[in-house]
Formats: sequence, structure tokens, C-alpha cells
Amino acid sequence: MLHNLSIGELADLLAAKKISSVELTRHFLARIEAFNPELNALVTRTADLALDTAADADRRRAAGEAAPLLGIPLIHKDIFCTDGVRTSCGSRMLDNFIAPYDATVVERLKAVGAVMLGKANMDEFAMGSSNENSYYGPVKNPWDRSKVPGGSSGGSAAATAARLTPFATGTDTGGSIRQPAALTGITGIKPTYGRVSRYGMIAFASSLDQAGVLARSAADAAIVLQAMAGFDPKDSTSVDAPVPDYRAGLNLPLEGLKIGLLKEFFVGLEARNTALIEDALRVYRSLGAKTVDVSLPHLPLSVPTYYVVAPAECSSNLSRFDGVRFGYRCEQPKDLMDLYQRSRGEGFGAEVKRRIMTGTYVLSAGYFDAYYLKAQKVRQLITDEFRAAFGKVDLLLGPTTPTPAFGIGAKIDDPVTMYLNDIYTIGANLAGLPGLSMPCGFIDELPMGLQLIGPHFSEERILGAAHRFQQVTDWHRHCPRGYE
Amino acid sequence: MSLTRQEVEKIAHLARLSITAQEMPVYVASLSSIVDFVAELSKADTGTVAPMAHPLVGQRQRLRADAVTETDHHEKYQANAPSVQAGLYVVPRVIE
Repeated sequence: MLHNLSIGELADLLAAKKISSVELTRHFLARIEAFNPELNALVTRTADLALDTAADADRRRAAGEAAPLLGIPLIHKDIFCTDGVRTSCGSRMLDNFIAPYDATVVERLKAVGAVMLGKANMDEFAMGSSNENSYYGPVKNPWDRSKVPGGSSGGSAAATAARLTPFATGTDTGGSIRQPAALTGITGIKPTYGRVSRYGMIAFASSLDQAGVLARSAADAAIVLQAMAGFDPKDSTSVDAPVPDYRAGLNLPLEGLKIGLLKEFFVGLEARNTALIEDALRVYRSLGAKTVDVSLPHLPLSVPTYYVVAPAECSSNLSRFDGVRFGYRCEQPKDLMDLYQRSRGEGFGAEVKRRIMTGTYVLSAGYFDAYYLKAQKVRQLITDEFRAAFGKVDLLLGPTTPTPAFGIGAKIDDPVTMYLNDIYTIGANLAGLPGLSMPCGFIDELPMGLQLIGPHFSEERILGAAHRFQQVTDWHRHCPRGYE
Repeated sequence: MSLTRQEVEKIAHLARLSITAQEMPVYVASLSSIVDFVAELSKADTGTVAPMAHPLVGQRQRLRADAVTETDHHEKYQANAPSVQAGLYVVPRVIE
């Protein structure tokens, strides 16, 4: 079936004129129609626009154009501004917001002819690890619909895992691509900070936010990242460095590759999770890689560091939502202060308000040095330790999450327990490093992820190492029952 | 509780968030547990480490030429505003 094919295989069919983009688009739109009601993975469907874009892609192909994503459908996380299409960020605050321009990521994927099917559900303003914080209700995990798909890119992950789209965009501030990719059995990459433009991507924590890809294999992710990556003058932290040919890098040999095993990742790790990582290491050793033990003593402080830095930046970024220029406004404000307070109080959900208040507290007079400045110092220590580790090894390997997908509602009342889901992913965000999660087995019939972290701008190496693993294993080919 | 109700009320005011009386105990409890959790940072010996400014070494904030690059889109942008009159954003009266 079309929906089980890779992006490369679909592109070959399109190039050989065996199918048209319009047919392909109709196929995925029909799957969305059939399965979205039970998954709640999309908050907006853009069927008419998709069919127009697909027809245009078919014309472009007939005229001789040939790009790997020309005519390939996708879903955008609803954090990316899409000109003329509602961009809600999972929030009541932006329930009526029609973006007046395209994010650079959207613009670039449009330029190469990819076809947007709709916008994906997400945790409100990307704050969450379970997709339960969406104004539009939780997303269900296609492997077990009583379980969460992870978050915050939960809709992107569930839609890709259930074959409602060949791939989706996502963003990762503390694990929001890698954690849902792990919990839904797909491949997700968070690139180096500055590799992909943040322009038009609604800001949560600007020093940590990075756009990336959720796909069903490293080879597919390489094709998509190629189209997204690169310098953008509209993003002041975009890095002006050449983008390597990621597809060409997929077959880099692994002989002599030094894989670092972080001691801190394995302390207290559940035995079944450890066993899956050990199985993966055997695969890597058989491909010629060597393993080296490394330690980052301050890594255990990454979660508390993150929960100071990210809320601080969020409290500042979300001050723009004032009920005046765009977004939700309360009814009958009695004065300007009442307008601000009630528009924000009613427009934001509970977790967003909690993080704004945490950030306001750690930045307030008398607490700034003890919390924010201290956290930025620990962040520097963690970053320095990563740098030292990459003096000894090429990549770090470990689990993506401590457990498989948990039940909807199981952790919603305890924010700190929820925050600890991201214990293995946050370090890469603090240090601006690229990281990838890919499937490596199952626990209780639910998929588990393996994480690769590399030095800055090592996406090519990471994707290559993941691709080689996927050439000799088939974890990434497993499909949730009922979605084959 | 490491934070009092009064402290949380003050934070909510600084953040311009209306919190109902019914919601308040939940925020006092959850914000207290978050503050306790991040207090773990005080254990780290950060010595003379400078607070991090950018994750990539040697990156500087880029400046662009001081030239007009934006064209006027106010009608398009104001289409998203809750209340607009004659091209101006309308808010409750501020000065009596």
C-alpha cells in the first residue's frame, strides 16, 4: 500500500508517472478522514489547498522539475505559521489566529513542492510531554489508544506512525521531537541549534527551540532535513554554515566509529530498557563501531536547569499575548488591566500558566541570581562536559525515554513527574546539540526509542549511523495494528 | 509549601494572569513543588563559571544593515486583532 512506502519509493513512483501527486494526496486525505477521529492527531485539515498544491506539483513535474519532495504530502505541527491558514499552537489563545505569513520551514517545504495535508495537534505552546495539554484534547497513541503519544509534537508523531502522512514537521525544546518519536515507534531528529530557521515558529524558549523532522526512517528524515536546513537572515540565531548532502552521508561506514555510553544515562534504567540498548550496541559493534564509557557528572541537573531556563524564556516570549493585537480577548473588560489579566487567564491553559508563573518567579527581583543565573552557569558546565566527551567519542548513545508510552491521565496531576519524562533528551537542548531517536524494540508491546546525540552540526554522521542500523534491523518497519 | 498563597498571587499579578480563587491552591502546590525541585541546582559547584549566553562557541548576535526591509501590511495583520477602528487597536479607556 502507498502509505507504507518510504519517501524515496514514493518519489520514484511519481518520477516514473506510476502515480500522480493528486492521487497520492487523495490517498492520505482519505486515511486522515478514516483515522483522525480516533487519534485526534490533526487540528486542521487543508484538503482543498492540498489538492491544489498537488495538482501544481504534477504540473511542475510534467514541466521537467524533479525534487525529492515534489508532490510528497506532509503535516505541519501547528506551531509553524502558515499564511492564510489557522495557526493555533494548541491554544485557545490562538484558536482564531490566521497566520499572515509563512514560517521559513513552511516556505522552504512549499518551494520544493511538498503538499501540506493539514496541521498537527500539539501540547499548548509546545509545553508538555504527553499532548494532554492541547486546547483541542489529547492525541491518542496509535499503538494503544489509551496511551499518550508523547509530546509536545504528539500529533505529528501519531500521524506519521499511523501512516496518515509520509512525514511531519516538529519542534524540540526539551525532547518534543525525540520523545514522541520514541513513544510512537518512528524516527525523529532535532538538529543543531541554529541549523533550521526559527522564523515563523511560535516561540516557547528561544535559546532551546529547534525545528526538525518526524519520519519513518533516517533515510526519509535526511531527505526532509535537506529541504529545511540552512541559513535564514530572518532568524538572528540562524547559523551561516554550509549544509552537507545528508543523503550522500547515509552510507558512511561505521568502522572505527567511537560510540560513547553515558554512565548517567544507565543509572537506574529499567532492566528491559537496558537490554534493548545492549541489543542495539551489539548491532553497532557488528558494524565495526567501538564503545567507550563516558561520564557527564552534571547531566543529572539538566532537568532542573531546563525548568528554570525554559519557563524564564517562556514568561518573556508569551508576554506578547495581551488580548490587544491578536488572539483571544475576554468579554466585557472593565479596564486595561482586567483585559490583560482575564484574556491571558482565560486564553492560556493550566500548564502554560504554570510555566509563565515559574518563569516570572525565577526572573523576579531577589531570585534572579539564585535561580536563573545559577541555571545558566550549570547549563554552561553541562555544555562543557558534552564538549569534553566529544573529544573522546563521535556519538553518544542511550535511551530516549525511561519508559514506554504511559496512560492518558496517569501523570497529568503531578508536573514534576511529567517533567522527568524528558530526563534523557533535555541535555542536547541545553547544549544546542543534534539528537535523533529511532525505534529499537518493544516493552509491553509498546515501541521504545534509542537516542543518538552528536557534536554540533553532526547531523550527517547521526543520520548515517541511524540509517546503517535501520539497514540491518527492522524495528522501524513495525506498524501499529489496524493502520497497516 | 515553599511558596505562600500571597506570593503566588503576586507572581500572577506580575505575569498579568487572572487566577480564580478555586484554581489558586492547585498553583500554590504545584509551583511549590517545582521551586523545590529546581532548588537542587544550588548543590552544583559553579565556581567561576560564567552564565551561558549561547550554546555554540563563537556565535555573536548578527546585525543587519539599517535599511527598510518591511512593507506595510497593517490591514492584513490587524485582521487578527479583536478590535480595530480606523487602523488603530481599540482597548478600554486608559485616561479619564
